[in-house]
Amino acid sequence: MNKKKERIIKYLFTMLAFASLAFLVGIVLVLFKEALPIFTKVSPKDFLLGQSWYPTAEPAEFGILPLILASLLVTLGALVICVPLGVGSALYLHELAGPRQRAVLKPVIEILASVPSIVYGFFGMAILAPMLQNSFNLPIGLCALTTSIILGVMATPTVASIAEDALSYVPRSFREASFAVGADRWQTLTKVIIPAAGSGISTAIILGMSRAIGETMTVLMVAGGSAVIPSSIFDPVRPMTAAIAAEMGEASVGSDHYNALFAIALILFLITFVFNIAAELISRRFRLKLGLSR
Amino acid sequence: MKKLIITLMALGMAGTSYAGKVVLQGSTTVLPIAQKAAEVFMKNNPDADLSVRGGGSGVGIASIIDGTCDIADSSRAIKPDELAKAAKRGRDLKAHLIAMDGITHIVHPSNTITNLTRAQIKEIYTSHATNWKKYGGPDLKIVVISRDSASGTFEAFSEMVLDKKKVRPDAIMQASNQAIASIVSRTPGAIGYVGLGYVSTSVKAVSVEGIESTKDTVLKNEYPITRPLFMYTNGKPEGMIKKFIDFVKSAEGQKIVNEEGFVGLK
Repeated sequence: MNKKKERIIKYLFTMLAFASLAFLVGIVLVLFKEALPIFTKVSPKDFLLGQSWYPTAEPAEFGILPLILASLLVTLGALVICVPLGVGSALYLHELAGPRQRAVLKPVIEILASVPSIVYGFFGMAILAPMLQNSFNLPIGLCALTTSIILGVMATPTVASIAEDALSYVPRSFREASFAVGADRWQTLTKVIIPAAGSGISTAIILGMSRAIGETMTVLMVAGGSAVIPSSIFDPVRPMTAAIAAEMGEASVGSDHYNALFAIALILFLITFVFNIAAELISRRFRLKLGLSR
Repeated sequence: MKKLIITLMALGMAGTSYAGKVVLQGSTTVLPIAQKAAEVFMKNNPDADLSVRGGGSGVGIASIIDGTCDIADSSRAIKPDELAKAAKRGRDLKAHLIAMDGITHIVHPSNTITNLTRAQIKEIYTSHATNWKKYGGPDLKIVVISRDSASGTFEAFSEMVLDKKKVRPDAIMQASNQAIASIVSRTPGAIGYVGLGYVSTSVKAVSVEGIESTKDTVLKNEYPITRPLFMYTNGKPEGMIKKFIDFVKSAEGQKIVNEEGFVGLK
């Protein structure tokens, strides 16, 4: 009786564990099924490299290069903010902060991660955009720069907490060995700890990028929404997620526009998929290097 | 446990079959009228339960066809392809004219421009005209703000002013009238267009072809960019839906239309 119960429980948990896999496969299948019909109307090359996005004009044009470049631009901009902030916080927390500071700082960084994105968006729209508009004398404050700053702040907790984990995986013996040969604290940090945790920190950065490129609500609110290839960081842009969110409601099911939006989602999915695979590969190498199992 | 589930299911079913529940969705231009009318209507009819959402005319019509709302607010007439889709789903959409509106062009209060011709507006929205100086305004970069394509205001504007030409790609796209009004109010070089009810003192309305957009000029059809506002129902309205539509069309409902800044039919 007990054995039977154990087996049932085992199957139950196996099922739960494989549920995520089922969801992922389901999402990928739906993405492909709904996205592929657009490529019978527009060639993949014209879709990816086309420069005008007029999905509801007659005749409609489906070129998403401006959207892809917009996503990449704001993500790069976000990296400029979240890498120094995130990695810097991780280093401080791990190397310099005393237990009392840690007890305050770590939860605070985690709270930053749990602020809903609409709150960030609202902040960007109502406070940051007018501020930047005045200080840089811009025609309009809703632009790639504003978006990058907000996304950078949003991705900081992800980078900080994963980078901190990476630092804490570096075995004590590394540090002790370094001190033993007469290295000072700075030398130990730059020559031993950071190189040892390097791939873990890279993983943190890549996951931060995933976070930034997939963010929707905030970019919808602060990016401005112009579907044009950005020529500077002060231009309003329309990242891929914003285009999908703004247009999905009215695109009638099964129309070209609907399929094109799914195709954008597919490309976005592939980009984040590559990011995550890269992060996984790098972190695996990192664990091997440190002699940790798995 | 079982009892709880059954109770919840019963409650859920009661929720969906509750006769007084009416969902309105669509145009953000019609939104303030629908909201105020729903408020007053529910005060008069305590058993009515109305919920009002925005999204844009295209969203409203798409959702009444999908059956997720009971009344679709729209600031444009239904399009042929939407009609065909409705017919395919067995829906027979009926239009109810509830108000008139003038699409009003607004600029920042500091802008010295007071009048634009229809051709000038078309040029600003479709070409690469970059400076207000060309139109007799200040030496300032023009920031073109448009509604996104789900908007009925956009469709009407595109038809009546742009002759369906494409809006320039660097135009800022916004999802609601309110968003346009608030961006224009804090962006010196901006131009945008909104329903008459969204004109306030924080922005400056520009006359078109020398005619100001007012209730009077809209009602007399003198203002060049005038359009009707609709509520669509599935088939002939019945029950609470009919009661609400009748209320909006009544003298009291039309008073709300006027109070919200639009042009009532009575």
